Amino acid sequence: MKLYLKIWRQEHRESKGDMVSYEVEGISEHMSFLEMLDLLNERLIKKGERVIEFDHDCREGICGACGMMINGRAHGPLSGTTTCQLHMRSFKDGETVYIEPFRAAAFPVLRDLKIDRSAFDHIIQSGGYVSASTGQAPESNSILIAHDTTEAAFDAAACIGCGACVATCKNSSAALFTSAKITHLVLLPQGKLESADRIIQMVNQMDEEGFGHCSNTEACEVECPQEISALHIGRMNYEYNKALLIRK
Amino acid sequence: MIDAKIPEGNLADKWSNYKDSSKLINPANRKKLDIIVVGTGLAGSSCAATLAEQGYNVKSFCFQDSARRAHSVAAQGGVNAAKNYKNDGDSVYRMFYDTIKGGDFRSREANVYRLAECSMALIDQAVAQGVPFAREYAGYLSNRSFGGVQVSRTFYARGQTGQQLLLGAYQALMRQESLGKVKTYTRHEMLDLVLVDGKARGIIARNLETGEIERHAANAVVLATGGYGKVYYLSTLAMGCNTSAIWRAHKKGAFMSGVSWIQFHPTCLPQIGETQSKLTLMSESLRNDGRIWVPKKAGDDRVPNEIPEEERDYYLERRYPTFGNLSPRDISSRAAKERIDAGCGVGPMKNAVCLDFSKAIKEQGRNKIEEKYGNLFRMYEKINGVDAYKEPMLISPAAHFTMGGLWVDYNLMTTIPGLFALGEANFSDHGANRLGANSLLQSCVDGYFIAPYTIPNFLSAELKGAKVTADHPAFDEAEKLVREQLNRFLNVQGHLSADHFHKTLGKLLYDKCGLSRTKESLKQAIVEIKALKKSFDHDLKITGDDQVNSELEKAGRVSDFLELGELMCYDALQREESCGAHFREEFQTADGEAVRNDEDFCYVSAWEWMGEDSEPELHKEPLVFETVKLTVRSYK
Repeated sequence: MKLYLKIWRQEHRESKGDMVSYEVEGISEHMSFLEMLDLLNERLIKKGERVIEFDHDCREGICGACGMMINGRAHGPLSGTTTCQLHMRSFKDGETVYIEPFRAAAFPVLRDLKIDRSAFDHIIQSGGYVSASTGQAPESNSILIAHDTTEAAFDAAACIGCGACVATCKNSSAALFTSAKITHLVLLPQGKLESADRIIQMVNQMDEEGFGHCSNTEACEVECPQEISALHIGRMNYEYNKALLIRK
Repeated sequence: MIDAKIPEGNLADKWSNYKDSSKLINPANRKKLDIIVVGTGLAGSSCAATLAEQGYNVKSFCFQDSARRAHSVAAQGGVNAAKNYKNDGDSVYRMFYDTIKGGDFRSREANVYRLAECSMALIDQAVAQGVPFAREYAGYLSNRSFGGVQVSRTFYARGQTGQQLLLGAYQALMRQESLGKVKTYTRHEMLDLVLVDGKARGIIARNLETGEIERHAANAVVLATGGYGKVYYLSTLAMGCNTSAIWRAHKKGAFMSGVSWIQFHPTCLPQIGETQSKLTLMSESLRNDGRIWVPKKAGDDRVPNEIPEEERDYYLERRYPTFGNLSPRDISSRAAKERIDAGCGVGPMKNAVCLDFSKAIKEQGRNKIEEKYGNLFRMYEKINGVDAYKEPMLISPAAHFTMGGLWVDYNLMTTIPGLFALGEANFSDHGANRLGANSLLQSCVDGYFIAPYTIPNFLSAELKGAKVTADHPAFDEAEKLVREQLNRFLNVQGHLSADHFHKTLGKLLYDKCGLSRTKESLKQAIVEIKALKKSFDHDLKITGDDQVNSELEKAGRVSDFLELGELMCYDALQREESCGAHFREEFQTADGEAVRNDEDFCYVSAWEWMGEDSEPELHKEPLVFETVKLTVRSYK
């Protein structure tokens, strides 16, 4: 099939970008979306043009590197799916497809569709861990955790850090990302002693990075490829207020 | 002959003896020592975090935009440990023996024993970090089985065990970053190793955003850069996985071992088209409940569900009744290839076999299967648009894990003093075939528990020497060569993309140095790779500039893959036996089983780089088995 692509091209962090049109023929429905871009890039090389830069790595939906706005939706039209897992059978012959980077003040564009998501690393650095240095661990079965508790913690821990939640949020809020890590850790008995500090620091860091506030539209949950629940944001707010009280 | 520096004493005491006698560095002195860790997968992150916790200054490098994205993240099935929580006869010794046997008696006893010995502590550590391993209803940790063993020793977090373990290690790393003990350099690629007076003293790295070439000096360098299965282009690996860090170290004098021992994972999604970039892996854990079969009749064109039970050939259950569908990976992959080559393959390209859950769903109910493998079934549906609860999955073997890598001694130090290799980047623990769920284990054990003892042991002698800084002439020289190579890539201006060469190399290696090899195919492959290298030098085309440029990154990696591919063929050619993943067609029994030759090949091949135009030189490390008896590896 043939697609008409409009792709965001931008040289550097500071430069002004714009949408550039490309026509791509010979696309098979079995191709992944990124393989379709590979095909276009291969043709751009033949023509002597600079390729379209985009982040990607595992191409199996787990590393969180890929991510673009496709026709205005983070990771494209399917729910629970990363860009790399999206296949061309989801598109129609002759369709026009708009491809843009994940946009947020805290995610500057490096080039084309590549963005800087180090703000997420900073949020984890501010407290998204259990302070258990190597060698300190007790026997693993001495910490009993109910099956359902572990499963609930896992549901939150499954976040791949792609940034789709931020990109889709009208406020560019990182509340889903931050709350998922907070929920993962707060549900478990490990690291309980440091949880109040952790939550306050992570929430403060989220603000410092320039992410907006959550206004509960829950668009993040809709676009999250791991289908992380927006209820975690409620838990984060509850835990944050509790932490403030405890610290008083 | 090269010395593996295995400590004295009984097998079970070696590691304790080592730790008791290794040299220590007092906490005040540790902060005078700098360590570079390249790679942020499980081995790299865990090693960097642990060394930083001890008080060393660590610089951590990765080419990804965040340490959390390293390819350990994609490991699905689980991590082994000899906890014996199931009371089913497991022990450190049994795990050691399973691993030695699984590796077809081509690994070091002492290393493998240490791996099993440290496995329990790893589970403790991961749980303490908050890794949500699966739990029983009473709150105890749950286990499942993996290929090649008869006990349940695998700990798992749904089908995302690698992700959860990596997040644990990544968070430990981020904690050290916040404490100022680690400085992470993301979007940085190591392009050369710098040697001063024969010792590893730093690296040259390229900032993948600005294109800047940077120098970093240290007292020791750790390479934890993963495996090179991406040499086949189509593989289960991430697109960025590469051999460049270890290959460039190899060219600086570090030996490479077991280079052609590459595991083909039996349960991957088959190739369906020419533009495909990836063969997605479906966890081996599926083989706990899925049954593998092909039609009995060659060229059967019916869809799998229309083929009646009596016309199906459950070839693993038939050939290996004891282990059946849980036979080890090398054996399962070869058995699949044998059936596919015989014309019994299924799917549009007739290159796949069926993995069937109908019996398990009937016996256990759909809910149970969904709880165990839900994410894998969803992934299958996303990629293929097929509901595997209703029809069998189609699977096929794909290049997956490299048992080979940089040769390391018992300290995990390469033949270059001060250069350590951890995790999949080294060759050490898996012999000629790795057992499922031993990879996450090895990378973690190397990073959390071994290197943090052996590196200080090396560094204790470094305190007295003068501090090496990045203005040493050795850095000038290395930087100059790196710049020259990058300019060459940009200036060739031929007509073929880096991917073109990568795909051509991959196809060639699949056919001639893949699941099976012959003397003829390997000799031919060497000739063809040499020609391909020539073409690469003249015909490569890179567009764009020297800043963010994924094509320029690929060119460097493909250039290294081409040289590595050639060494793989030399390695496979020289080893005239079949062992583990290395199957030379000349050496097999009448019913197609591998014939190992312990008399002539019971050693580790360690290859030395002799320059572009010379053949590599072979060194041998004899494998001495003091505890186990070499037997024919049978899973029948």
